[in-house]
Amino acid sequence: MADLRVTFAGIRAPNPFWLASAPPTDKEYNVVRAFKAGWGGVVWKTLGEDGPPIVNVSGPRYGAIHASDRRVIGFNNIELITDRPLQTNLEEIKRVKKAWPDRAMVVSLMVPCDEESWKTILKRVEWTECDGVELNFGCPHGMSERGMGAAVGQVPEYVEMVTRWCKQHTRMPVIVKLTPNVSSVIPPARAAKKGGADAVSLINTVNSMMGVDLDAMSPWPHVGGKGTHGGMCGPVVKPIALNMVAEIARHGETAGLPMSGIGGIETWKDAAEYLALGCGTVQVCTAAMVYGFRIVAEMKAGLSDWMDAKGYSSIDDFRGMAAPKVTDWQHLNLDHVVKARIDQDLCISCGRCHIACEDTSHQAITSLVEGVRRFEVIEEECVGCNLCAVVCPIENCITMIEKAEGYVDPRTGIVVGGHRTWMEHPNNPMAKDPKPARMAEPAE
Amino acid sequence: MADIRAGRLDAAVIAENFGDMLPAFSANEARVAAERCLFCHDAPCVTACPTLIDVPLFIRQIAAGNPVGAARTILDSNIMGAMCARVCPTENLCEGVCVREVSEGKAIEIGRLQRHATDAAFAAGRQFYTAGPATGRHIAVVGAGPAGLACAHRLAILGHKVTIFEARDKAGGLNEFGIAAYKATDGVAQHEVEYILAVGNITIEHDKRLGRDITVAGLKRDYDAVFLGMGLGDTNDLGLGTEPDGVLDAVTYIAALRQAADKVTLPVGRRVVVIGGGMTAIDIATQTKKLGADEVTIVYRRGKDQMSASAHEQDVAQTHGVTIRHWMRPVAVIASGGSLSGVMLEYTKLDGGKLVGTGETMTLPCDQLFKAIGQSFVPADLADAGGEIAMRGGRIAVDPERRTSWAGIWAGGDCVAGGQDLTVTAVEDGKQAALSIDRTLRGAAAQAAE
Repeated sequence: MADLRVTFAGIRAPNPFWLASAPPTDKEYNVVRAFKAGWGGVVWKTLGEDGPPIVNVSGPRYGAIHASDRRVIGFNNIELITDRPLQTNLEEIKRVKKAWPDRAMVVSLMVPCDEESWKTILKRVEWTECDGVELNFGCPHGMSERGMGAAVGQVPEYVEMVTRWCKQHTRMPVIVKLTPNVSSVIPPARAAKKGGADAVSLINTVNSMMGVDLDAMSPWPHVGGKGTHGGMCGPVVKPIALNMVAEIARHGETAGLPMSGIGGIETWKDAAEYLALGCGTVQVCTAAMVYGFRIVAEMKAGLSDWMDAKGYSSIDDFRGMAAPKVTDWQHLNLDHVVKARIDQDLCISCGRCHIACEDTSHQAITSLVEGVRRFEVIEEECVGCNLCAVVCPIENCITMIEKAEGYVDPRTGIVVGGHRTWMEHPNNPMAKDPKPARMAEPAE
Repeated sequence: MADIRAGRLDAAVIAENFGDMLPAFSANEARVAAERCLFCHDAPCVTACPTLIDVPLFIRQIAAGNPVGAARTILDSNIMGAMCARVCPTENLCEGVCVREVSEGKAIEIGRLQRHATDAAFAAGRQFYTAGPATGRHIAVVGAGPAGLACAHRLAILGHKVTIFEARDKAGGLNEFGIAAYKATDGVAQHEVEYILAVGNITIEHDKRLGRDITVAGLKRDYDAVFLGMGLGDTNDLGLGTEPDGVLDAVTYIAALRQAADKVTLPVGRRVVVIGGGMTAIDIATQTKKLGADEVTIVYRRGKDQMSASAHEQDVAQTHGVTIRHWMRPVAVIASGGSLSGVMLEYTKLDGGKLVGTGETMTLPCDQLFKAIGQSFVPADLADAGGEIAMRGGRIAVDPERRTSWAGIWAGGDCVAGGQDLTVTAVEDGKQAALSIDRTLRGAAAQAAE
């Protein structure tokens, strides 16, 4: 049985499944329920400075994108940081940590961008005996208008400055939560590292408008007729987050920085993907908000079973294994050839592969064979683009078959077995040492 | 003494029994059902529909929150989409070939989705069609059933004036008089007829029967074109000689049942036997059961697979407690005191592909016996055509455009040869005939102009 325990930025947890700083971690009641359900840790919903509590809208805070059967695949919110008094939160955090000493208890923080504010809040948080703090440099709505959240996270100099203050004023591990609302995640990640961050967590929510209400002629959702941009999360943001995680993992200046992966994690498999790219833990919010805390049971069992099947005894056994495979386009092998194959026994003849290829791609799938409705790949035309496999409703019905060495691609005449990247391709005027293609010998 | 009487069940129970057998989808059910559709290319469901409704498109419209638009997609191909949604044997047509049936054994519920869309259009009072610019042509249509109404509607859209001659006092044909009541609740058949006629330029003359009040030759003389859609006027007989009281024609009884203001008044036997294996047999058996018959038995001379009633329809009957007995045929009706007391049945078998009696018999006691062994064309309808209209297998022969052999005369629906005796094929016949009539008349006009 695989060991799911993790130590992340010095913080121990029985498993890598943490709840992200968000509504599910706003108070003792919810967090205790989460721990009872088996979550390995929580990042307590962001605390602000002492004083009059934050005020939220008393209207819709959440919107969503639904897929078939109203499955929530995208979710956004305009909720601000905790709207409960600071002292209440601190007392609850202290109580919960004491009652659940084996679970990770990280507290998210967001205060104005001056050293005194950070110093003050850090001292008060230390009193709770929590395991660490996460700096919320990510929320794109509301607080950013007041110079906090994403307004800090989008300026690498601020990220570094605040991180450094925090490291100076607390003994606790400092995790910097990064915003995806930047053109590149590397500068803020690098800044966090330079400021002394023990880890980064990413991504925070993506700036978004979920829709337009065509009756009210306003954004949807809206508060009394007016709406504002919110932060989007859920399955639709996972690809954005994975790419940013991979960028940090492979970038020279940030590689090795501990990462907590966040974004669209619903199942063990989503989590395993983040871990495979190098994350030490994952954080979940949307899936818990959609399905409840019980989902962690599937996540833990699924990850454990998969690790057992693969022979991984601990998370470190496979953590980061996929990261070295992430590269730039220019390093891809242009002589690698795959062709689509349709398993006729699995095919249900919906024809979607044909029409997708016919209308929008390479006209490489038949619709009729000898007058009968039948979908077959035309290898002479197939570029191996994967569109057919993507649109096929049956899993594994269409697969991309790697062609073995010696196969002559009927589309190009190139013999499989060579290895030329764009850097070596004769069509690249910048190629230093272009290599010709291995072409099939013309028939005599 | 035969036990046949009205009011076997309370009015409330009968009302419930004759309610919608397959209720309308809720909006949520429709959305869930619609979202399962894969929007197939060259979709098998479309090919399987005799009227070629663009099923993936209308389902996508429902999923996208536009059920009224979905109705337009349906009605553009099949103006009787509302009734077809209720009566089509979808398991043999669109749903039978649905790729979800192939992949999961559970087709998209196309029929119910079609009903959802057409109900929405009716509820919204949306009329999609108007009569086209007048061509000055006037076409006679015989029969206000599905074929005739579909033909008239398309002709009206194309700008032709139409007069329909209908033998009954009410339009709708078998949709109004033949379909089981629980499939066409809340007056949907008449609602559909009204929707069709609302296009304008269509007049119905009731109580005009072909061969009695009008003739084919007369119509041919007086109109620019003629469409024959009078259906089948006769029902087949058992050929067992004099029939005692209690032996009834299923088609007639179903018509009376559909028209009855109060179904409690319908007399029904305690023990009912139905002879036949088609939809009519199923409909009469199920409905007599719903009226309170104690034992209902369908007797069919061949096996389950040879029944023309679909497997789904057979299931419906059996679920309602109807017994289906295969490989038996009636050889004598037994009377007592002038009324029916039983039917003698002979076991049958196939002998070298030919159905033969085994000689072994049994008697099934019954109070009421319904003949549901098919309907037939009445040749007298065409008596004055002087043999100009060719027949095939006892019905009118037509070409793919639904032209009869007599120029200027088109035909469709159950009265033509080679059909499937379905509402949906009748609608397609009417539509195709209208398009052919239009092409012919416009072609003639173009020639005349040269």
